[in-house]
Amino acid sequence: MNEPGSTAMVQARGLRKEYGKAAGLVRAVDGVDLDVAPGETLAVMGPSGCGKSTLLHLLGGLDRPSAGELHLAGQRIDQMSERGLARLRREAIGFVFQAFHLMDELTAVENVELPALLAGRSPRVARRRATGLLERVGLADRAKFLPSALSGGQRQRVAIARALTNDPLVVLADEPTGNLDSEATLDVLRLFDSLHTAGQTLVIVTHDSRIAATADRLISMRDGAFIDETRLTGGSTGHLGALAGLEG
Amino acid sequence: MGRVLLVGRLAARDVRRRPAQAVLLLLAIAAATTTLTLGLALHGVTSHPYEQTRAATHGPDVVAQLSSASVRHSPGQQNPGPQILAQVNALVHASGVTAHSGPYLLAGAVVRAPGVTAGVEVEGRSPAPAALDQPEVTAGRWVSGGGVVLERTFAEALGVGVGDRITLNGRPFRVAGIAVTAAVPPYPNLCYSVGGGCSAPFPDTSSSTNAHLGTGALGLAWATQPDARVLASSDAGPPAYVLNLKLSDPARAQAFVSAYYRAHPAHGGSFLNSWTGIQAADGLLVQDEQQVLSPGAWLACLLAVASVAVLAGGRMAERTRIVGLLKAVGGTPGLVAAVLLAENLALALAAALAGLAAGWLAAPLITSPGAGLVGTPGAPSLTLPTAGLVVAAALVVALAATLVPALRAARTSTVTALASSARPPRRRAALIAVSARLPVPLLLGLRMVARRPRRALLGAASIAVTSTGIVAVLAFHATAGLRRFGGASGLSNPVLTRDEQMLQVLTVVLIALAVLNVIFTAWATVLDAERASALERALGATPGQVSAGLAAAQLLPALPGAILGIPLGIGLFAAANGAGIVTIPALSWLIAAVLGTLLAVAGLTTVPALIGTRRPAAEILQSEAG
Repeated sequence: MNEPGSTAMVQARGLRKEYGKAAGLVRAVDGVDLDVAPGETLAVMGPSGCGKSTLLHLLGGLDRPSAGELHLAGQRIDQMSERGLARLRREAIGFVFQAFHLMDELTAVENVELPALLAGRSPRVARRRATGLLERVGLADRAKFLPSALSGGQRQRVAIARALTNDPLVVLADEPTGNLDSEATLDVLRLFDSLHTAGQTLVIVTHDSRIAATADRLISMRDGAFIDETRLTGGSTGHLGALAGLEG
Repeated sequence: MGRVLLVGRLAARDVRRRPAQAVLLLLAIAAATTTLTLGLALHGVTSHPYEQTRAATHGPDVVAQLSSASVRHSPGQQNPGPQILAQVNALVHASGVTAHSGPYLLAGAVVRAPGVTAGVEVEGRSPAPAALDQPEVTAGRWVSGGGVVLERTFAEALGVGVGDRITLNGRPFRVAGIAVTAAVPPYPNLCYSVGGGCSAPFPDTSSSTNAHLGTGALGLAWATQPDARVLASSDAGPPAYVLNLKLSDPARAQAFVSAYYRAHPAHGGSFLNSWTGIQAADGLLVQDEQQVLSPGAWLACLLAVASVAVLAGGRMAERTRIVGLLKAVGGTPGLVAAVLLAENLALALAAALAGLAAGWLAAPLITSPGAGLVGTPGAPSLTLPTAGLVVAAALVVALAATLVPALRAARTSTVTALASSARPPRRRAALIAVSARLPVPLLLGLRMVARRPRRALLGAASIAVTSTGIVAVLAFHATAGLRRFGGASGLSNPVLTRDEQMLQVLTVVLIALAVLNVIFTAWATVLDAERASALERALGATPGQVSAGLAAAQLLPALPGAILGIPLGIGLFAAANGAGIVTIPALSWLIAAVLGTLLAVAGLTTVPALIGTRRPAAEILQSEAG
């Protein structure tokens, strides 16, 4: 474990998130310590309701911890103002959701360019960046399609492109293949593999052992706490990656 | 029977589930129906008091104002000249005339009370009571030497009472009494009699200080005949007299007037007024109120349509699943539409009844016949057709706002209705492209407008109606500034005062409805855009930017609406004012009205917008995923 001020991209100490009071108190995240190194792919697995998604929301500044400290790239974020957290999400974090969460009325390219526009980039720069990212995820020919005209896998690739729009320090993915069939899952796996290869820091919450197998490290969670940690030395390009079909 | 029971049960259950929405809807329609009831209840409200005044004053059936082309009245002249006497002779011996009083000398004079200058017609009367047209003294005593009696409305406008000192044409007089009469319409409508007007000449009307007195509203006073003769001696023109006639058949008074004019085509300077014409001129006081209330009531109805449309539209979206369930268990599209319509129609019916009751109770507050008449207006005329019209208006409001979404929901396929929880947003590519070039709050706001263009249109229409009402009020004030007879001399105008009171009530109703509309629309937008806003926050938009975007989504349609209200408001006032003069309000007033409207919209939107961004984005996105 790294100490505060170390080189960790994401660092949490005693992170806790509680809901309710007294007898109804629920600890969704219960005293988690975590370090994610730059360029590392971390997978978090566990049964439904174990607190994986809550942890991801805390790491991304979408929710505030009840206790503990949280640092991103050396900057403490758990006490940041709403405005500061918004800026952080805009500039340093990319989210990928299980339900894709694309704007139904925007085309693929308009969805991808949205974070850039929110960050104040010029429309031309935002469009160029979005077009490039859609090419990268293999959807250049679907740029003008509405989400309703795309398959589930294509929608998730658009969502991944959107997460990369502002060159985030870390991409947080919440069950990114949860709504996808096998073929689409493989597409997304390949995409994450390419991100990993490019040195993108990734935290992936998943039920899917195949996607967990592509990670550098796997953490198991239960009742809001980490119960096991495994370093997958092979990573996406090693044996486990081969099992997941990435070399196929 | 079973179907009716089912429809009723579902409607009642839905009202119980969302009582606040039901109450707001009820209030919106009730406000419109109350205004409409008031407008309709004013019809003929002065008839009863006029009849009471006529009975109390032995009012004449026909009043003749006579003037001759002879030279001005000399101070020593005791009787009317031969031309006047010939007219009197012709009238009192005309067929159907059973009695008469007069002729009484009529002198035009300038009255000065502390701080007030006005024009007045002074009628020379005997201190002894007359059998026909004896004004009813409501305070003080009847005329005596050096003591004048003032018509009650005019005395109120002058601000004088019994015992006060005034001057007439510079001569000092004491106010001996205050009285009402049925022989002429009260101030400020003395000169508005059908077929006639004010005929007494005025002294020095050519001078700049008195120029406005001879053409504007005049008051009426009674003085002794010698005093009237003294005042008439300073008149600028030939003498005028007033003659009161009693007919054998009062119902034929107007026919008598017409017959007299036909028989005497060259009737010289004489003007005849029937009691029905005077009664109609008396009604001018309330007629102006009706002219204000009637268009105002329809504006209120339009705003109510917008309120109901926004509320009903939002509820339809919530009830899509119920539509699916009803269809799944065998409900026909007709039954589904009936279920969706029943609740709003029932609420509209309740609102109509509430509006009728409120209007009927409030009517006496605005249907005072004025100080010019004695008696009370009695209960407002709430007839069956009036009640029918109010109920029909309420049902039309509810139907106009609900029918289309209800039919659309009824036509939705069962599977779609069961599966979907929200209407898909619309895509307006041009607006989305334009928004990309704007600052973040406007980008978000314009995209919200693009998602629900019909709601934006409704918002714009609602603001346009409100702005129309506000600009019409401004146009009234700008025009009233010119109409304020003797305003420069400090004389109040009871008609304008009552109009202003009506406009204030109406403005409050319109603004209250507009406030409801803005809140409904903002809240509907917040709920509809909840997921999109949460996503925008997840992607880095600050809560402030999202709130500002929600406010912008209301302001963008409000701006054209407020601007459109300017020509509509002036047009509405011009239409309500008939052939009268219309003064366009000052540009600064209009700009202030538009900016004030926009500021109010922004302020009212802020609260729902802030509440809308309080729920954590993660929670919203999580529930959407589930």
